[in-house]
Amino acid sequence: MSAISEPKSSWRAWLDDPAPKSQRQARLGEISRVAGKLVANPLASIGLAIVCALVLAALFAPWLARGQSPIGQDLADRLAAPSAAHWFGADELGRDIYARIMFGARVTLMIVALVAAIVAPIGLAVGVSAGYFGGLVDVVLMRVTDIFLAFPRLILALAFAAALGPGIANAVIAISLTSWPPYARIARAETAAIARSDFIAAIVLQGASPARILIRHVAPLCISSLIIRLTLDMAGIILTAAGLGFLGLGAQPPTPEWGAMVASGRDVILDQWWVATIPGLAIFVVSLGFNLLGDGLRDAFDPKSS
Amino acid sequence: MSDAPSIVLERLAVTFTHEGRRIPAVRDVSFAVAPGETFGIVGESGSGKSTVLKAIAGLVAPTGGRVSIGGRVMAPRRERADRRHLQYVFQDPYGSLHPRQTVDRALREPLEIHRLPDRETRILSALADVGLEARHRFRYPHQLSGGQRQRVAIARALILSPGALLLDEPTSALDVSVQAEILNLISRLRREHALTTIFVTHDLAVVAHLCERIAIMRLGEIVEILTVEELRHNAARQPYGRELIAASRGFTRDARALASEPSDDE
Amino acid sequence: MSETPLLEVEGLDVTFPGRGGAVRAARDVSFTLGRERLAIVGESGSGKSTTGRAILGLIPAPGIVSARKLTFDGMDLRRLGEKGWSRLRGKRLAMVMQDPKYSLNPVQRVGAQIMETYRLHRKTDRRDCARRALAMLEAVRINDPETVFRLYPHQLSGGMGQRVMIAMMLIGEPDLLIADEPTSALDVTVQTQVLRILDDLVAERGMGLIFITHNLTLVSSFCDRALVMYAGRVVEQCDAKRLDQARHPYTRALVASAPSLDFPRAELMTVKRDPAWLA
Repeated sequence: MSAISEPKSSWRAWLDDPAPKSQRQARLGEISRVAGKLVANPLASIGLAIVCALVLAALFAPWLARGQSPIGQDLADRLAAPSAAHWFGADELGRDIYARIMFGARVTLMIVALVAAIVAPIGLAVGVSAGYFGGLVDVVLMRVTDIFLAFPRLILALAFAAALGPGIANAVIAISLTSWPPYARIARAETAAIARSDFIAAIVLQGASPARILIRHVAPLCISSLIIRLTLDMAGIILTAAGLGFLGLGAQPPTPEWGAMVASGRDVILDQWWVATIPGLAIFVVSLGFNLLGDGLRDAFDPKSS
Repeated sequence: MSDAPSIVLERLAVTFTHEGRRIPAVRDVSFAVAPGETFGIVGESGSGKSTVLKAIAGLVAPTGGRVSIGGRVMAPRRERADRRHLQYVFQDPYGSLHPRQTVDRALREPLEIHRLPDRETRILSALADVGLEARHRFRYPHQLSGGQRQRVAIARALILSPGALLLDEPTSALDVSVQAEILNLISRLRREHALTTIFVTHDLAVVAHLCERIAIMRLGEIVEILTVEELRHNAARQPYGRELIAASRGFTRDARALASEPSDDE
Repeated sequence: MSETPLLEVEGLDVTFPGRGGAVRAARDVSFTLGRERLAIVGESGSGKSTTGRAILGLIPAPGIVSARKLTFDGMDLRRLGEKGWSRLRGKRLAMVMQDPKYSLNPVQRVGAQIMETYRLHRKTDRRDCARRALAMLEAVRINDPETVFRLYPHQLSGGMGQRVMIAMMLIGEPDLLIADEPTSALDVTVQTQVLRILDDLVAERGMGLIFITHNLTLVSSFCDRALVMYAGRVVEQCDAKRLDQARHPYTRALVASAPSLDFPRAELMTVKRDPAWLA
């Protein structure tokens, strides 16, 4: 981040200090080690760059869109080809596609972030409890998980749209409800292995309550697996959201949503290919980015790789 | 500081059920450890020695018999207050510390659980007690050597000032030279803190170094209990005891006459 | 025994390039081996296992092996290609490792594995091969060879698994056996049995044996000569029974730091690592 070499090297030295002086220094040192491994991996770096680009596009959309409105129609410019005025061309209502891609990044990012914020904690709580307590608790929780696993995403989303009306919020709920079971499974498998380890026995011997053990000792160890799964799932979540948008069930017009943009460009795909293809490429690139990042994170978190 | 308690086992039995089969890991084990005594349990794999230790610690529930600590019969589910008085050191230095917690955190946790004051002082003094320095304090386990990790495990066990310490093969996974340091450490600490100690190992030389009395276990039962002098002078009464001692002395070429071939088929 | 030594090693170096600088796992290791039992003793990181594997050409890339001399029965091992190695390994040079769980193929029956090893080196029909495999199982004192022949590795106890490994490695009648901690994973009473078998086979067949271990008691009771390694270097070569009269301070410290049944000590000596030993 800093451009001068002097301060950077002292930061480096502080982070790499083999004898950290405080908990914070130790923690940040660990994070920097993992980050270092991640960045050293070329494909992961590409993935990270793409995801960062998504976030930046979402944050700075108004400025990046050069003042063009994503919803302002200009029917004179209907289906204009890519040019200096419209970098990615214009859609069937004359709206600038480039601006719609930038603002659409916000929608994509919001959906992805909301789903992640919902499924990870639920999956973690369910999985860790099932894995640690075993017995009846495990059986009940896993059967509940199986029930949700049985729902196909799009069908459930259709059901929600029919019942509650279309919209981003309902799309998020529908996607979350069908996405959390694998996280519970992962957390449960990890917990079952962790629960047998000596360091957990040591904590039990010190008189810790089960709640303390689960929250402070078991759950933190599951988090890296969940993060990896989340990033790898992002691609699927984005595609599902795009699919919902394509069906008209997600974000409603005039909100720019990449899937809906692909849908609206369907009819003119042969002549004005940019209307459908550009949003499609955006979906593809972002999905790929998350995939590469997820793979890179998996390698970076693995204690055996150096 | 807790007083060193006596530890008495009466007809302890532990049977595990695995896939429908009942496996008697411990059958009918009885012995009494006096307050402040260092008692050793030796045996080969499958002897049940580790299970006995876990039953004393309350990690495993007995299916028969009783464990009494300090004169009180212990229920399988231990109270938090009871946990303070008896601590445990595990065999594998790579598995007994939480991989994502610093040394400081590992030592702080028991203090927080039991709401003890003066945490900073206690942590520093525990580190000094086991020969670690301030520069080790905020390291993660993967930044420590095997010997250092065991020191942390011992510090963690002693930070609550228990009266009794159970050690399950604490040096088996360590190099000979590191083992020497850890054994010296344990020897010093149990003297300084006046602990009742039970030490489980498969290595007769190690157990003879630390313990006053030694129980030899085989297939879940105690074969005999010897004093350390009897052990050193080969005065075991049972043939298995003699065989074990002889085997520990190393390989002998003219040993045909010694014990018959033990069958290890299945 | 024989005039030309079985194995001559001079200046063996094994280096692993790494991001934080190269790791020299073995440095300038030199020794000769006749038809005798040589122990290579050391703690973890001493380079003893690396040395054993380098002799068999088992150091994986990116490790680099170099030596001024590395000769087995007159053959230069340094320039051997895969074909050359496959002619030697199993037939003239063999290795037994620590845990049979990891060395035996878990999905193949024991007898089949022994037969396969035999057939790699000699042309023979199935019946003859099976007979030899059974004979080998008997030679390692397995009481019921026919039954064990049909078992899978996970059905074997530790001691039996190790005996099966020895049978498999010795069926080709090698001249040199390298045993890397062969008894460390075994109970002490089983250890004695397995060592006895090794001892008899080595004596009967006039094999050379390199016994890699960290257990000093075994070294002085089982082997003829001992090589002590520290940080990749050989710091001592001596008669195995005279380890306590060793000259190098590391060896003396190592011997003094092991607790002994016969010599009680109030405090064990610890090894003060002198950086001069790394020079």
